[in-house]
Amino acid sequence: MAGLATTFGSGAMTNPIADLENAGALLVIGSNTTEAHPIAALAIKRAVRQHGAALIVANPRYIELCRYADVWLRAKPGTNVALLNGLAKIILDEGLWDKDYVESRTENFAAWAESLAEYTPETVAAITGVSVADLRAAARAYAKPKQGHAAIVYAMGITQHTTGTSNVIATANLAMVTGNVGVSGGGVNPLRGQSNVQGACDMGCLPDVFPGYQRVTDAAPRAKFEEAWGVPLSGELGLALTQMMGAVDEGDVKAMYILGENPVLSEGDASHVTHSLPKLDFLVVQDIFLSETAKLADVVLPGSSFAEKTGTVTNTERRVQLVNRAVARPGEAREDLEILLDVARRTARKLGLSEGLFDFAGSEAVMEEIARLTPSYGGIAHSRLGDQGLQWPCPTPEHPGTPILHVGKFTRGLGRFVPVGQLPPAELPDEEYPLLLTTGRSLYQYHTGTLSRRVAGLDQLMPEERVEINPADSVALGVAEGEPVAVSSRRGRVVAKAKVTDRVPPGIVFMTFHFAETPTNVLTSAALDPVSKIQELKVCAVKVERVG
Amino acid sequence: MSTINLTIDGRAIEARQGMTVLEAALAAGIYIPNLCADPDLRPFGACRLCIVEVEGIRGLPASCTVPAGDGMVVRTDSPLLETTRRTLVSLLLADHADDCLACAKNNRCSLQTAAAYVGVRERRFPKATRVLPVDDSNPFFTYDMNKCILCGKCVRVCDEVQGVGAISFVNRGYDTKIGTLMDRPIISSLCESCGQCEAKCPVGAITAKNYQQPSRKVKTVCSYCGVGCGLLLHVRGSKVIAAEGDRESPVNRGSLCVKGRFGYEYVNHRDRLTRPLIRRDGVLQEASWDEALELVATKLAEHRGKFAALASAKCTNEDNYVLQKFTRGVMATNNVDHCARI
Repeated sequence: MAGLATTFGSGAMTNPIADLENAGALLVIGSNTTEAHPIAALAIKRAVRQHGAALIVANPRYIELCRYADVWLRAKPGTNVALLNGLAKIILDEGLWDKDYVESRTENFAAWAESLAEYTPETVAAITGVSVADLRAAARAYAKPKQGHAAIVYAMGITQHTTGTSNVIATANLAMVTGNVGVSGGGVNPLRGQSNVQGACDMGCLPDVFPGYQRVTDAAPRAKFEEAWGVPLSGELGLALTQMMGAVDEGDVKAMYILGENPVLSEGDASHVTHSLPKLDFLVVQDIFLSETAKLADVVLPGSSFAEKTGTVTNTERRVQLVNRAVARPGEAREDLEILLDVARRTARKLGLSEGLFDFAGSEAVMEEIARLTPSYGGIAHSRLGDQGLQWPCPTPEHPGTPILHVGKFTRGLGRFVPVGQLPPAELPDEEYPLLLTTGRSLYQYHTGTLSRRVAGLDQLMPEERVEINPADSVALGVAEGEPVAVSSRRGRVVAKAKVTDRVPPGIVFMTFHFAETPTNVLTSAALDPVSKIQELKVCAVKVERVG
Repeated sequence: MSTINLTIDGRAIEARQGMTVLEAALAAGIYIPNLCADPDLRPFGACRLCIVEVEGIRGLPASCTVPAGDGMVVRTDSPLLETTRRTLVSLLLADHADDCLACAKNNRCSLQTAAAYVGVRERRFPKATRVLPVDDSNPFFTYDMNKCILCGKCVRVCDEVQGVGAISFVNRGYDTKIGTLMDRPIISSLCESCGQCEAKCPVGAITAKNYQQPSRKVKTVCSYCGVGCGLLLHVRGSKVIAAEGDRESPVNRGSLCVKGRFGYEYVNHRDRLTRPLIRRDGVLQEASWDEALELVATKLAEHRGKFAALASAKCTNEDNYVLQKFTRGVMATNNVDHCARI
């Protein structure tokens, strides 16, 4: 998200999902859309199959969208900056860029264009493994669609790298130079992985910002929140999730509250999380199941599922929508909001602070306070959400919402070209760990499986982890289809059955992270992107061996 | 969008340019029996029940394939139309199972509606019986081709909307049925189990396993990925028993994936936590709310400033707002994050 904030001034999907159908060309990079965001993929397929849009897929793995692609760029993992810079250079050299747009809407073009000098098609082909012909075909298809504009769609496949922020900036540069931002059928469109990951960010559940991306380090927003809440607030940056475990080890964090998350399975280098959490003096987990993380807690509070609560969630296209309570909670489980307010009031009382800060009649009242303090949510109220919801920015009670961002003007004024350079991943295969592991999701399971593993039919469709391995590697290792193999890295070892398939290229193995029995993230690296603090879950070095 | 004017059964009707005659009639509240037409799918003209008479057009065109034209004069009922439709429905019923009351689609079946409208009072053709094996291989839905009327909605939704193409018409003539490549079980095909075929099937040929009618439906948003599809949760008693795609949602317009449609079951799972737990002698043991919350408040108050919170990308905006307000306003730290990066 930091990448789009730097270049555009707002780190969110620029266009609505349905608008992807209007694109004349689509570049889908680092997104296995049909499995991770199936309904967004429908719009992409309709654009291609029913309206004749060109489709460029950039993914090291053969994914379903490759069936419909005009060009498939099978770049090596961790070479996205080179790939995107290479496409931009071809677009500049062949005169396919939008000069008027660049002149009127953007800044820093010259410095950026100069920075591309070394990314000649030949160099990029050598780095990425993609042929010069395919690079040129992709650049032309993206820059000059037969009709309309061109859209970029990306997901964790480009962000979960030590160069994640650079990868995103490179997509933004590419979209600006071709005049594809702020228009229907265009844009740069990150697909978020969870039902309310966008909303959790919007609500300031990030260590550097208050709700609405107002920085904790800036005096003005801090003063605003201090006044509204009537308490002094820290102007010091907090810790990101990926830094919290280190702080626990150091004794800087003694107590944690974890709401409906399962970092024991979801975090890179997961063993670190498993070792650090018990060092806490006190861990509270609020969840609907006794997750692997909840098992480590000192207190577990039973919360509510989505079907048992009322409130709002914000989807990947910034649409705030109503969640409505459908059924009663089991046993003594309570509504999440009620629990949080109760904890907050009791703790405030013990510290001699005002309990009134958490005096809300219900979720609707909380949204009223959110709207007062969050400019982009200023016009959001439960009563306005109806069937369609509202897309932020929605600053006033009369505002109809904003389907497309940056129309006529970028959020930050002028769009900013930012030069970014190719850097290798933190860990690459070597003699001891000769294969590259990349991770992702399956259609039939979800995240760490806390929910989907408890749906019998889904567990029947995908009951266990399968390590995807290329036939060439399987022959070299003497591994047959369905045989159990041990996959190990410098950090851990797991066992799962092999799936021999040329969906993955030689030298690369693929696994999901859905299964507690095969906790793939004990293998992955905790190396971080220096800006976004995201983990490099898409690249690490492993070895695969037969078991027994 | 320009409007056009036409006459249906002597009534002046306004329609949008681009509508078919069937759409114009249905929008004006005039029922024409139909089985294969669907607002989400391209016109197909397979069942022929929506035939009409149009002045200036020969024969009995299917209204689902005829674009509504300005000044068009349409009749939906005449002796010829009635006889023709009755023959068509009688042919469909000749080899259709007679177990309506036991059928999962009872009362939701378009064939029942059409037969009731057309008025088939006697069996005109000898009963033919097809005995095709029932495909039970998918965990969520069942294919019973003995009840299929070959309207093709399942084939079309799988191709046109899902872009998967797992099923098609196979064989010829009377032996025609819906099947997969090489007629393998649906589970061994390209099928992605989204259940769109089941949702579109107008009869009992494709049905959800263990289907029950809901006592009410509640509009909400799917809990899985960030697309945020609109759902109608089917509730019976205090249980969620099914999920339906919300056609009014601008996000998914009625479509759902396998998890959105069938992944609700965890809500009712026996593993759900129902009481607070407190670790005593190293073991998590059940406790009262008051005890648990007092312990939490006491311990958190002790560690003010040395605290960190993980918010949830699964919880609501309101939940998350309160957790960060608590972290910043009470616990005096900005150590709040969530799994945005994974």
